[in-house]
Amino acid sequence: MESKPRMLTILDGITILLFLTAVGMVFFYAPLEAVMGQVQRVFYFHVANAWVGMLGFMVAAIAGIAYLRKGDRKWDIVGLSAIEISFVFFFTAIVSGSIWARGSWGTWWTWDPRLTTAAICELVYAAYFLLRQGIDDPDRRARFGAVYALLSFISVPLTFISIRIFRTIHPVIIGSGGSGAEGSFDMSPRMLQTFIFSLITFSIIFADLLWHRIRLGKLAEEAENLRLKTLQ
Amino acid sequence: MEPISQAEKQLTRKSSAPGLGQFIRAVSAVIWKDLAAELRSRELLSAMLVFALLVILVFNFALELDAGTRAAVTAGVLWVTFAFAGTLGLNRSMAMEKDRGCLDGLLLAPVDRSAIYFGKAIGNLIFMLIVEAIVLPVYSVLYTVNLFNPGLLLIILLGSIGYVAVGTLLSSMAVQTRTRDVLLPVLLFPLVIPILIAAVKGSTGFLQGVDIADIRPWINLLLVYDVIFIAVAFMVFDYIVEE
Amino acid sequence: MIITVRKLVKRFGLKTVLRGMDFSVASGEFVALLGPNGAGKTTFLRILSSLSRPTMGQVSIAGFSLPHQAAAVRRRLGVVSHLPLLYGDLTADENLRFFARMYDIAHADERISDVLEMVGLASRRRDLVRTFSRGMQQRLAIGRAVLHDPEVMLFDEPHTGLDQDACQMLDTVLQEVAARGRTVVMTSHDLARVGDLASRFDILSRGVITSSIQRSDMDPNNLLAYYRQAIAEA
Repeated sequence: MESKPRMLTILDGITILLFLTAVGMVFFYAPLEAVMGQVQRVFYFHVANAWVGMLGFMVAAIAGIAYLRKGDRKWDIVGLSAIEISFVFFFTAIVSGSIWARGSWGTWWTWDPRLTTAAICELVYAAYFLLRQGIDDPDRRARFGAVYALLSFISVPLTFISIRIFRTIHPVIIGSGGSGAEGSFDMSPRMLQTFIFSLITFSIIFADLLWHRIRLGKLAEEAENLRLKTLQ
Repeated sequence: MEPISQAEKQLTRKSSAPGLGQFIRAVSAVIWKDLAAELRSRELLSAMLVFALLVILVFNFALELDAGTRAAVTAGVLWVTFAFAGTLGLNRSMAMEKDRGCLDGLLLAPVDRSAIYFGKAIGNLIFMLIVEAIVLPVYSVLYTVNLFNPGLLLIILLGSIGYVAVGTLLSSMAVQTRTRDVLLPVLLFPLVIPILIAAVKGSTGFLQGVDIADIRPWINLLLVYDVIFIAVAFMVFDYIVEE
Repeated sequence: MIITVRKLVKRFGLKTVLRGMDFSVASGEFVALLGPNGAGKTTFLRILSSLSRPTMGQVSIAGFSLPHQAAAVRRRLGVVSHLPLLYGDLTADENLRFFARMYDIAHADERISDVLEMVGLASRRRDLVRTFSRGMQQRLAIGRAVLHDPEVMLFDEPHTGLDQDACQMLDTVLQEVAARGRTVVMTSHDLARVGDLASRFDILSRGVITSSIQRSDMDPNNLLAYYRQAIAEA
């Protein structure tokens, strides 16, 4: 069994540093937003989380295609890991989105396209896990997982578009409105810097976690392999 | 390559367009088989119909509405009904193949795998349309709403096509798992949300005489969804049935 | 050699069922494939019938290799497993008609009548398969399998669940099927029956063929002893 690669340890270190810096930037570097006050700071992490969640979904879909074409089990581990991590990131995005909504409009939930789509993604992931759970044969589990990841990745943009059209034709006024249904605001240069920095930080956190999770998956498979060998 | 035996030459047809002709023949054979079997047993249709009518009845009590509000929710009620009754049909259709090992029988035939998919999908579509054709008049009568609107029928057709395209794919997966029947709705509903949204908004639009320009986006969405998923199904079905 | 298998490996995830199997069958041979439960007989037959893909190794039937030329192979194969692969809600006639269309068979009516005669079910052709006994369903399944006159036939434990009479009827059909010069590979638990039918006996144990003997080289009455010894040695 290979020991933890040097690169991964370095990446861990970088990730922690970046994260601490990002937190620092969010609280001390970025200016206080006029309308919403401290609550607005949620925004930086909220969008980054959602972005990374989507990234994870894309990685899973690509890994799915790779598995179907090559049959190499490592792609299945990549796909599963990506979806697991994406699940957590979307969850954080939804919670932070909820806090944002509370701060902006006084409600815990808005049916805006992005938040709703994120919630639907969570349901899709739950379905993915249930699907895998119901299959004993590892090859079939990987194949079906890949197919479902691909199918759902295609349907999610369509879902987003349909909710969007729904909203433009029938705009729903949430709470006290504010500047547009999604609560957008103008970003000063420092806000923009913080925002982009958060985005990059979270992408690196994603890569770090993904690497760890893939390693975990591979080790688990090796352990299973050894166990079967002793049985036979 | 071995020379083809005499007997084989006699038995197999020589068709001028072997690929496509054989494909269409196989698809129609599968459809005919499903229809003939269903005609005998009537299990699938009766289950779907009874369920659909029950759901409509339950809605009547669950949502106690005046005539005006009812008109607004008609499309929603109808589509929820179709979606749930649809999963029954999809499950039964695939279970029939899996239980007696018939799926192997289909896979052994020298036809392209996608012929099996199209045969099953079109069969499922026919069953769904039959159920819808019965539910619509019943709903009309029970709630005094005129549902004979060509626009509405178009939406129902497009929506059903998309639903069945994805549903047949997913039911072929679900039937091969331990959790089978329970799993199909869980897998299916998140993926058909675009259809449900577009179909409900489109249906309501036609029922309330909304300007066609406003309904256009919904029709387009349904068309795009149908085309994309039928194309994807074509490519992906092999991986679902091959071992 | 009409069937050639070289170094066939089949893995399910981390579990290896077939471990580098070699197997070949000449045209017209009737090979009985014997072995204990879990040896991989059904897995092997599924790979030969193109329903399952090999993990490694080469398989070729009638000159076409699996899995890449699977469609060509299917046309030349007839498969009978222990599940009937028939539709209960259709009549015998309708079942055969369906498969005739799937296999693109010319003169289907004639062919279906001939086949029903051969398996002794001509009088029941308009009855629902649901009402057939297991023995009758098996015979119809064989009918389905020979409909397109395949060169190679694969049988996976066809005698399972049949009583004496049904077994005897099945054997008559099997003999007729084999008599036409077809190649047959049959797995079985029933050594007594197999002794009369096969021309060669192979033992599959723990994922490889451990022994193979021609009928002419041994006394078929000693098949049981031979089998036990071969398993013990493996």
